[in-house]
Amino acid sequence: MPSISQQPHKFDPPLEPDLTSGKYVKIWHGPQHPGITGNMSLELTICGDEVAHCKTHVGYLHRGFEKLMERRTFIQNFPVVCRIAVPEPAFNEYLYAAAIEEIAEIEVPELAQWLRVLNLELMRLASYLMWLGGSSGSFGMTTVYQWTVTHRDYILDLFEEMTGARIYHMYITPGGVRAKLPEGFKGRVLKVMQGVEKLLYEVEKVVFNNHVFKLRSQGLGIISKDMIDEYGIVGPNQRACGFERDLRKDQPYLVYDQLDFEVVTETESDAYTRAWVRYQEMHQSVSMIRQVLDKMPEGGSFHADLPNVLHWNVPAGETYVKAECTRGEYGYYMVTDGSEYLQRIHIRGPSYTHAVSVMEKLAVGINIADVAGLMVSLHTYPPEIER
Amino acid sequence: MKSLINRLTEQFKVSLEKQTKSDLCFIRVNKDDAEQLIRHCRDHESYTHLSFLTAIDRIEDNKFTLTYLLHNYQSHQSLGVHVELDRENPVMHSLHRLWGQMATYQRELKEIYGIEFPGSPRLNDEFFLEGWDQIPPMRKEFSTVEFCEERFPIREGRQSTDAKQTMKVEIYPGRGE
Repeated sequence: MPSISQQPHKFDPPLEPDLTSGKYVKIWHGPQHPGITGNMSLELTICGDEVAHCKTHVGYLHRGFEKLMERRTFIQNFPVVCRIAVPEPAFNEYLYAAAIEEIAEIEVPELAQWLRVLNLELMRLASYLMWLGGSSGSFGMTTVYQWTVTHRDYILDLFEEMTGARIYHMYITPGGVRAKLPEGFKGRVLKVMQGVEKLLYEVEKVVFNNHVFKLRSQGLGIISKDMIDEYGIVGPNQRACGFERDLRKDQPYLVYDQLDFEVVTETESDAYTRAWVRYQEMHQSVSMIRQVLDKMPEGGSFHADLPNVLHWNVPAGETYVKAECTRGEYGYYMVTDGSEYLQRIHIRGPSYTHAVSVMEKLAVGINIADVAGLMVSLHTYPPEIER
Repeated sequence: MKSLINRLTEQFKVSLEKQTKSDLCFIRVNKDDAEQLIRHCRDHESYTHLSFLTAIDRIEDNKFTLTYLLHNYQSHQSLGVHVELDRENPVMHSLHRLWGQMATYQRELKEIYGIEFPGSPRLNDEFFLEGWDQIPPMRKEFSTVEFCEERFPIREGRQSTDAKQTMKVEIYPGRGE
C-alpha cells in the first residue's frame, strides 16, 4: 500500500495512458476548432471514440501584452489592452482605466459612468451573440451563426456611431469617456434591441428546443459544486451550477446598483444549462440597456478635468480591479512606482482556468465529437491565458 | 478587514502592507509561513477563491514579489498575500494541492520569470513559449528591442515609393507623359 505522500491527490495530473498497449491513439484537436473558441490545441489520447486523457497547449496567440505594457506610457497602452479580448475589448479598456483612476484618485462624472455601462452592456450582448452563433455552429446549426452575427453587426454599427470604431473603440479612458451620445442615438439603440429580442425568441425555438442539441449538450461536461472554488470557476459556468454570484450585484461598480436585475442561476451545470444561462443573460442585457437609456442623465460632463495625457502623473500604488464580463471575473492587477511607466500589470482572464485545468478535467470520458461543444460551452478565449 | 488582519497577526508572522480600499488589502508573509497562512485563509476564513498568482520583478531590490490574491465570496473582500523571493535563487514552495489551477500559474511563472516551484506538476513543460532559449522574458533585464533586432533583421524598404515614376518607367515605358 502506498504511503500517504505517494497517494495521488485530487489536483495531481492524471497518469497518461500507455500508448504501447495498443488500446489508445493520440490525436491533436485544434488549434482551429469549430465555433468561436480562439486558437489552442488539445492533445487528446483516445480509446475508440472516447477521450481517455487531455492536455491543453496554448501560446498560438501570445503577443506579450503584459511585457509590452511595461515599456509604454499609460496612455500608449490603450491600443494594446483592447486587443487582449477581441470579442469584448471594452472590458479591458474599462478595467485599465479604472485601475489608473483608483491609484490616481480620479473621480469619474456621473454621466460618464452611465455611458460606460451602456458601452459595456452593448459589448456583452455583441460578445454573447458571437458566442451563441459559434456555439450553435459547433453543434451543427450553422444557420444560427449567420443570424446572430448579423445582429452583432448591427451593434457594431452602433459602436461605430458612438465611439468612432467598430471593434477596438478606446472609448473608455481614465476620467470618463471620449464622447457624448450622438443625436438620435437612443432611438437607434432601441430599434436594434427590438431586433435582438426578436432574434432571441427565434433562437430559443431553433436551438434550445432542438432535439439534437438537447441530446448532445445535456449531461455534457458537468461541473460539480466542489469544482467551483477548487478550480476558480466564475461567471455563467459558476451560475449554471447554482451559485448566485455576479460582480455587478455582489460588488457593484459604476451604476449597476441603480439597475434592476436578478442574478440568473440554474442547477444542472452541463453544457446545455450553461448555454441557457447565457441566453437568459442576453435578455437581461437588453433590459439593462433600456434601463440605462431611460435613467441616464441628459446633461453633465462626460470626462473629468485631467492634464494633457503626455503629462500624466500616476502615483506609486497597487490595486486590483475587476468586472463581470461574459465569462465571469475579469481583473486587472496594477502596480505603479510613480514613474511614467507601469511596474507590473497582470490581467486575470476567466479562461485561464476554464480552458486549461477545467478543460483537461472535463474532457476525460466524453465522446471525441463533443470536444468542440464542450470547449464552446466553457466559453474559452485563449489570449486571456497567454497575454 | 481590520479584524481579519488582527486574527492573522496573532497566529502568523504577517505585516499589513497597505489597505488599498475597504474590500482589498495586501499583507506580507515569510516564504516558509506562506503555505500555512494561505491554507488557513482558505479553510478557516472563507477565502476560498484564488483569483490569481503572479510575480513582480523588483530588480532594484534584487527581489521577486509573489502575489497570491484570495477572495472571500461571503464578505466580498479580497486579500493579497505578498511573498518575497531572492532574485538570484528564486524558489517557492509549490502550493498546487491547494487549488486545481495553481499548478498552471506556477508553470507560467517558471517560464516567464524563472521561479522554481519544486514538485509542481508539469513545471518544466512549455506553457506558451515554444523553443525559448533566452532568459525568462518577463524579467526586467530582458529587452524586447534587443531581442527583436537580433532575431528579426530589418528588411530593406522599397526602392522607390514614387508611384508616378514607377508607372512611367516600369509599367508604361515609352507611352509619353
